[in-house]
Amino acid sequence: MNDRAACDPFEVPSTAHALELSHVVKRYGQITAVNGLDLVVPEGRCVGLLGPNGAGKSTTMRMLTAQTIADEGQITVLGHELPGDSKAARARMGVVPQLDNLDTTLTVEQNLVVFSHLYRVPKARRKAAVERVLKIANLGQRRDSKVDELSGGMRRRLLIGRSLIHQPQLVLLDEPTVGLDPQVRQELWALIDLLRSEGVSILMSTHYIEEAERLCDSVTIVSHGSVVAVGAPTELVAEHAGRDAVEIYGSPERLVEVEGEMVKEGFPTRRTGTSIAVLGLDDADGRAPAGERRPANLEDVFVLLTGEEIA
Amino acid sequence: MSAAELEERAPGRLERTAIGGVLVREIINFSSYWRSTTFSSTVEPTIYLLAFGFGFGSLVAVVGGYDYIDFVATGTVATAVLFSSIFPAMFGTFIKYKFQHTYDAILAAPVDTEELVTGEALWLAMRASVYGCTPLLVGLVFGLDPSWGMLAVPAINFVAGYGWACTGVAIAGWLKGIENFNYVTSAVITPLFLVAGTFFPLTGLPGWVQALAQLNPLFHCVQLVRHAAFGWEGWADVWNFAFLIVFGLVMWRVAIAAMERKLID
Ligand SMILES: Nc1ncnc2c1ncn2[C@@H]1O[C@H](COP(=O)(O)OP(=O)(O)OP(=O)(O)O)[C@@H](O)[C@H]1O
Ligand SMILES: [Mg+2]
Repeated sequence: MNDRAACDPFEVPSTAHALELSHVVKRYGQITAVNGLDLVVPEGRCVGLLGPNGAGKSTTMRMLTAQTIADEGQITVLGHELPGDSKAARARMGVVPQLDNLDTTLTVEQNLVVFSHLYRVPKARRKAAVERVLKIANLGQRRDSKVDELSGGMRRRLLIGRSLIHQPQLVLLDEPTVGLDPQVRQELWALIDLLRSEGVSILMSTHYIEEAERLCDSVTIVSHGSVVAVGAPTELVAEHAGRDAVEIYGSPERLVEVEGEMVKEGFPTRRTGTSIAVLGLDDADGRAPAGERRPANLEDVFVLLTGEEIA
Repeated sequence: MSAAELEERAPGRLERTAIGGVLVREIINFSSYWRSTTFSSTVEPTIYLLAFGFGFGSLVAVVGGYDYIDFVATGTVATAVLFSSIFPAMFGTFIKYKFQHTYDAILAAPVDTEELVTGEALWLAMRASVYGCTPLLVGLVFGLDPSWGMLAVPAINFVAGYGWACTGVAIAGWLKGIENFNYVTSAVITPLFLVAGTFFPLTGLPGWVQALAQLNPLFHCVQLVRHAAFGWEGWADVWNFAFLIVFGLVMWRVAIAAMERKLID
């Protein structure tokens, strides 16, 4: 940490929050993409931003690098007020965008060299920084491959690795594992977990509930640009869905029937493909319906709160 | 927040490290495609030069007091500069913005749009400065007399190339689709190219065309290169050079405004 501060061209103001948004609004014509959003990432924590398509997650991420300018509200990143001071914040922040924007005609190593310059890694440390990232991203063997020739998983590892070239204090990950197979996803989780253990602050948007449950200290569920719930994953589950859920299977007609009954009984329900999940059964005693019991999860909370399926 | 406030609070504008980073990206990139670019940027003007110089030159030996081949060799320098800066700027900017999202990645780093545009334009200007010398070298092979003034040609090319590169970036920034580039090419670039005194002197054209040519940066570039090769013409060249400098500065700001509109929402 110390030697990072020493090479930093910008002053390092102290702050307890890595980033903070308050009452942030962003409109695109008729669409309000972000609608009075409040969000805090405490230093050294990993916060998940959970929301359905179009909830405003990417817009929020772009506002944190001042590539999108908020219409209202305040944004502070690493002690710098945006958008005016954004450049100083960007110097100490790594960004993994939702859309891959690697230089496809360059090799893996060249991509990293370019970004070591853009992120102002001092000349004497550039080589070491590139090697470090090649190791983290496990791409040492493929350093001379053109990005075009990499697999989807390798590209994503490079994209994440690139964001770490300057050892940032804060990393923004916009759906870092979307569209990847489960094995690759787990590799990336290990990588993100490594960052957490090093004390890097992380804001991560995701569609994958499991990802949020595993990696995030706290999650913020957003819908239509505003926050609908904040808390640690386990707390949110306990608060909104209870300990257990009961899955009831049956014909579509039967499911509609059960749904009606449960609503009458006052239990929250949610459609899960071919079944109905009944939630909030902690104090149900004998009224709990018969079916397959399973632990309630963040996905249940998500659907209950946003009324939308995720993914 | 007002623009003035924005500027005041930023850690610094037009920082060398940021512009340098943009340049490094271009230089590394160039190492993978320099062959094709160099081929087209040098062969094309050479063909023009040979076709006009010898084809047309066999009909008219002397134009505006110069050997026709010398007249064309110096004229083609300016067009080589134009083509090797405005087109790569238009297409390169559009592709990097729209398809590769390169600029999104760069602007997430501590680089501002202003620095991004400046870096890109500087790089294209440097390239154009070198490529623009090809017709002169070919001309020398075919009998153009060397002169000390020719040493100023790379600098003239650089200034003109910077302005054209910024123009290209601005066009890419203003236009919505790449298919619209055709309109610009036909309606703007081709007339500029023809009414610049490259292949024939403007003295034969109507007075109003000659007056309009005074507003054409390419015309001033052609004049400067020709005077550098055959002898400076005092204040006329100060005016030519000043025009190119102002053109570069104005288009620089226009390009930045266009890209800011496009990249920051
Ligand atoms: N540049 C833009 N111009 C117009 N509308 C936009 C723009 N960017 C985003 N929007 C709109 O803002 C809303 C939020 O989009 P955003 O990309 O932030 O959602 P998201 O939560 O990231 O969704 P996803 O999970 O699909 O990535 C959407 O309705 C989108 O259409
Ligand atoms: Mg998104």
